[in-house]
Amino acid sequence: MNANVLEKLKVLAESAKYDVSCASSGTSRSSKKGEIGSAAGWGICHSFAEDGRCIALLKIMLTNNCMYDCAYCINRRSNDIPRATLSVSELVDLTIEFYKRNYIEGLFLSSGVVRSPDYTMERLVRVIKDLRLVHRFNGYIHMKSIPGSSQELVNEAGMYADRLSVNIEIPNETSLKILAPDKDFQSVFSPMRYIQQGVLQSKEERRKFRHAPRFAPAGQSTQMIVGATADTDKDILRLSSALYQRPTMKRVYYSGFIPVNSYDNRLPALKQPPLVRENRLYQADWLLRFYEFKVDEIVNDAYPDLDLEVDPKLSWALRNPQHFPVDINRADYEMLLRVPGIGVKSAKLIVTSRRYGRLGSLQLKKIGVVMKKAQYFITCHELGIRTIQELTPQNVRDLLIRKPARKTDHRQLILQFED
Amino acid sequence: MLVFIYDKTFEGLLTAVFDAYNRHTFPDTLIEEGEILPLFCEETHTVITDEAKSSRVWHGLEQKISASALSSLTVCWLSELPGIDLLLFNYIRKAIDAPKSIELNFGDPDVLQLAKIWKQINNERLRVIQFLRFQKTTDEIYFAPVEPIYNVLPLTLEHLKDRYAGQKWLIYDMKREYGYYYDMEEAREVRFEEKERSLLSAILDEKLLDKDELLFQQLWKTYFKSIAIKERINPRLHKQHLPVRFWKYLTEKQP
Ligand code: SF4
Repeated sequence: MNANVLEKLKVLAESAKYDVSCASSGTSRSSKKGEIGSAAGWGICHSFAEDGRCIALLKIMLTNNCMYDCAYCINRRSNDIPRATLSVSELVDLTIEFYKRNYIEGLFLSSGVVRSPDYTMERLVRVIKDLRLVHRFNGYIHMKSIPGSSQELVNEAGMYADRLSVNIEIPNETSLKILAPDKDFQSVFSPMRYIQQGVLQSKEERRKFRHAPRFAPAGQSTQMIVGATADTDKDILRLSSALYQRPTMKRVYYSGFIPVNSYDNRLPALKQPPLVRENRLYQADWLLRFYEFKVDEIVNDAYPDLDLEVDPKLSWALRNPQHFPVDINRADYEMLLRVPGIGVKSAKLIVTSRRYGRLGSLQLKKIGVVMKKAQYFITCHELGIRTIQELTPQNVRDLLIRKPARKTDHRQLILQFED
Repeated sequence: MLVFIYDKTFEGLLTAVFDAYNRHTFPDTLIEEGEILPLFCEETHTVITDEAKSSRVWHGLEQKISASALSSLTVCWLSELPGIDLLLFNYIRKAIDAPKSIELNFGDPDVLQLAKIWKQINNERLRVIQFLRFQKTTDEIYFAPVEPIYNVLPLTLEHLKDRYAGQKWLIYDMKREYGYYYDMEEAREVRFEEKERSLLSAILDEKLLDKDELLFQQLWKTYFKSIAIKERINPRLHKQHLPVRFWKYLTEKQP
């Protein structure tokens, strides 16, 4: 390892950073003699970047050279940016040395496309194969499958990676083809299907032979860019919901569009990435995965976009007042989950604690229920006078989005920024 | 007011429970030997820590609450919070007296309070596991100084022994002045002598470091800077996830 790796690392991390995923969960593997490391099963963030995002994996590209020209990507062929390529041994060394110092949980490897999808994929596979077989590395490996690569190579990658992913990026095919002329849905969904086949097949085999090899045990994930096209939240979430129907799809990530190529007028000129919308999409995604919501309850033809002012669960509750108030001491778990201000943890705590006696608002507060929100949607034995029924949804909404009056410090000069 | 005086050990606390049931009187306060008696103290009882008595209480508890609730009692003990002993005492008393396990009765203030403390300690344990940074020294020992708010080092060993089984490491609590050294066989408690202590610092002196160590620190710092997206810089979120009290020991936060 020498100092010129420093420059390469800088270039290739800069190029890889727009991929949102950094999760390291889903695989448990303990260490054996003569091997390096383990996988914890739960995600461990080892640091947080200055943008507040988790750093769990060494997120890096093997090369940022690319023969494609996707409009939304910093690494597109037509951009004049510093380019670099790491050798297999440099990448392996970096991963292992970072890992041994507790900087990271493992590696998230991707690459620009050079020569052909298969040529690129083969080189990626070589890195992770080396890590596993030569260096006996047990840490987490997430590898991005190159769109358009062959089933054989996806199958090989699955032997060494914990998670494989293929990014959709653009939620509808027409826009995808306009923005990324070298890609279509086929090139994205085929590798997704190969991954799924690999995972399911290996599960089946492991049922018969306990030592049959595991295939991408942490499943697959994907990412969609938000705000680069005119697609609504309904389009995005319907696609997510369909993806979650597939048994191996673990996470869909949403990435607020950052105009890295502002000269390209196929894309909107945004001053700020749409961070609030991105956050609302993640909240809606949670409702799909953990709160037993159906996608059409969250967005539909009448409400194609998420409300930016209130979270999607509250928004649903305000549109469906007929389900409220909910009696905390009687309602079943599914209904408790639907109450704004009650999360999965507090719903579970309510169900266990009420066996010992009726719960009042003080206990709810202690359990972790956000009473500021929940109060309008519940009754327990002392509450229930001013619920959504008496107040009307509109008033509850106003009460909840009203910002506490800002205390202005008059000694301070107030500058209005305009641009 | 009844005061129990004991030696501030967990065994001592369990012995105190034994004594209380034996005497049919329960303390209003627990203090350590040598501590000043509180006002209005009417009666004191001095607990003599006794292995046999404490394990009887422990085995008694095993009949009343689950293994995980039991282990969370010892975890809470490590919080070193003022008043944690009386809280544990009251919890144990309730657990013994109740006909069925109290561990899930979060309507009870003591149960909820201990659950919260457990959560805080566990969070601190996780933070140590997340944020400790090894520096490779000339004698190939990976050294990590830490300064957790609770005494959580013992709770991190299981994870670290598994994760870093193939390297020698030393993790050291700079505040409590003790640590664990792992020699690729087992982790043993260690304490530095006075004169060695002067060599200790958040980032070790170059003389003590392996020849490539500074390069890897430099690489990690470079990576850390490059991976942040400028358009999304968010100092508040950054600090919320990465509390400032850890920065001193974080390689990537060094200039
Ligand atoms: S193929 Fe990937 S790296 Fe290449 S331009 Fe498209 S998105 Fe960027």
